Amino acid sequence: MAVMTYLEAIRETLRQELRRDDRIIVYGEDVGVRGGVFRVTEGLQAEFGEERVIDSPLAEAAIIGTAIGAAVNGLRPVPEIQFSDFIFPAINQIVQEAARIRYRSNGAFGVPMVIRAPFGGGVHGALYHSQSVEAFFAHVPGLKVVIPSTPYDAKGLLASAIQDEDPVLYFEHKAAYRSLKGEVPDERYLIPIGKADLKRPGKHVSIITYGLMVSYALKAAEVLDKEGISVEILDLRSIRPLDVEAILETAKKTGKVLMVHEDNLTGGIGGEVSALIAEHALFYLDAPIVRLAGPDVPAMPYSPPLEHAFMVTPEKITEAARKLAKF
Amino acid sequence: MSKNSITPELQKDMYYHMALARALDDRMWILNRQGRAPVVYSSNGHEAAQVGSAFALNRGEDWIVPYYRDLALVLAYGMTPRQVMLHLLGKAEDPNSGGRQMPAHWGLKERHILTTGSVVATQDIHAAGLALASKVLKDGRVSVAYFGEGSTSQGEFHEALNFAAVHKLPVIFFNENNGYAISVPARKQMAVMDIAARAEGYGMPGVIVDGNDPLKVYEVTKEARERALAGEGPTLIEAKTYRFVPHSSDDDDRAYRSREEVAEWKKRDPLVTFEKHVLDNKILSQEEHQAMQQKIKDLVNDATDYAEQAALPDPDTLGLYVYHQ
Ligand SMILES: Cc1ncc(C[n+]2csc(CCOP(=O)(O)OP(=O)(O)O)c2C)c(N)n1
Ligand SMILES: [Mg+2]
Repeated sequence: MAVMTYLEAIRETLRQELRRDDRIIVYGEDVGVRGGVFRVTEGLQAEFGEERVIDSPLAEAAIIGTAIGAAVNGLRPVPEIQFSDFIFPAINQIVQEAARIRYRSNGAFGVPMVIRAPFGGGVHGALYHSQSVEAFFAHVPGLKVVIPSTPYDAKGLLASAIQDEDPVLYFEHKAAYRSLKGEVPDERYLIPIGKADLKRPGKHVSIITYGLMVSYALKAAEVLDKEGISVEILDLRSIRPLDVEAILETAKKTGKVLMVHEDNLTGGIGGEVSALIAEHALFYLDAPIVRLAGPDVPAMPYSPPLEHAFMVTPEKITEAARKLAKF
Repeated sequence: MSKNSITPELQKDMYYHMALARALDDRMWILNRQGRAPVVYSSNGHEAAQVGSAFALNRGEDWIVPYYRDLALVLAYGMTPRQVMLHLLGKAEDPNSGGRQMPAHWGLKERHILTTGSVVATQDIHAAGLALASKVLKDGRVSVAYFGEGSTSQGEFHEALNFAAVHKLPVIFFNENNGYAISVPARKQMAVMDIAARAEGYGMPGVIVDGNDPLKVYEVTKEARERALAGEGPTLIEAKTYRFVPHSSDDDDRAYRSREEVAEWKKRDPLVTFEKHVLDNKILSQEEHQAMQQKIKDLVNDATDYAEQAALPDPDTLGLYVYHQ
């Protein structure tokens, strides 16, 4: 057991998986010699060689499309998209191809691959290095979308994603890479995809969230605890599939739900979670569901006051939860 | 016809598959005009390019990634007429897709025909990916992407060729250039005369071949395959050909090409010229030819009857195979 950053947990999992299974290949822009622009894949090419840790051309459709072909022909590709903002040139391959291949071949072909991509803002990345793109993909049956919130989960969920027979998008929050630390066991372990994690039990308000926002919600809960407001926190861990049972359970328990994500409000996962609660747990609610999310502007601006105004912060979560508790 | 070392037996078999494809295709159009098949996409005119290239591969072992034009190709690769007809009619037993995809969206795992969608040029990258795995696994397979000239305007065509060339992948990009993308002529599609000219920009050989001569197509494909297996990387082959029928059964090609132009190309109908070749050179005797024609007729009838009687998919299967189960 070692204390690791979120980033180290991902790197060590990749290393462990590459050692475990020769069929795994890692590739993308700058992942080899440079070890990735965030250093997630540092040292992997030195250990596993140029054939398994590949510097690919600057071409996202080619990265994902070749991963599809390689997966069909017996490999377990783990391609990286350098920033999730640049995943769109590959959306054709992800949505039209990877997600539909099993279905359209009536089960004959499958695409076991994991697309890793750093996402999220608050890192002075401006419009094209800050985006949260998860909702686009969560809309697509055939894909799975995983967003770990701790180093421990990062490991167990990545190992599960690699073992999965279907295409998994694995989004890593950039601000989490070095800011989140935690204990990570040395041995391999799997966290099932589709199981939410109750991070903190509480009585008055449920915060449902995922990714970096989980740590922000935990901070908010501590502040509110001192005010006598008991906050329950559910970490979704994957937004497709959603753990409907866990969502309904916490909603029924506290009767007050605050849904939090950095992705913008309209069409975000918060809407889906709210609809599920409205459909299946309406009469347990003591207050309207509240969504706290990134604003509906095209993407995150650069200049600090603008960026800060966009971001969901522990303070904003505290305020929203406090207000909801008093409803 | 080219001088070549292709055995008479092989030529006979090539001719058989070309004739089978044409007959099956003709039947599909009849079914369409009778209202028994909603839509048809044809290989009519492309048979030499498709069959000639297929025979140069290790059929069923090398991967092919076809597109909707490739009926003759998939037949040469081992798909049966029954399987084709089951697919045309959207029947449950359709091994391409269980009736999920529209006709001519081929895919047959046991013959190493990768499933294909409708979005043109996506398949070019998949062939490169299959080849990437072959390179890592050293499985001795070559992958071939098939595509029309119109689709080469897509960015994914470029990405596929570039990726494959950089990594020297064992892949062949096989273009069936019939001069039209539905109604748009090649001169409005690109400012060069030949698709093959583009190969130089990627650092791979580009080869132009008479797509109406199966033996020439066989030879250039064989060569490209040997290059791929020798670790020398991809080849772009451009087979110049023509489709004799509209783009699909929903199209009317009189709107965009003259009857004279079609008639001119018809003089070089690959089925007619290759038939003459095998008969003149006594590769096929008259008796064998007649027996073959009868066999094809029987197969087409059998496939039609079989598929028409086959069950449609059960609506309860709608939700199957979204994920691994
Ligand atoms: C990305 C995309 N855009 C448009 C279409 C509609 N479409 C289907 S076939 C076709 C023409 C393709 O022509 P070409 O590549 O030359 O192949 P051919 O049919 O001539 O063999 C078009 C525009 C499509 N399938 N995919
Ligand atoms: Mg064309």
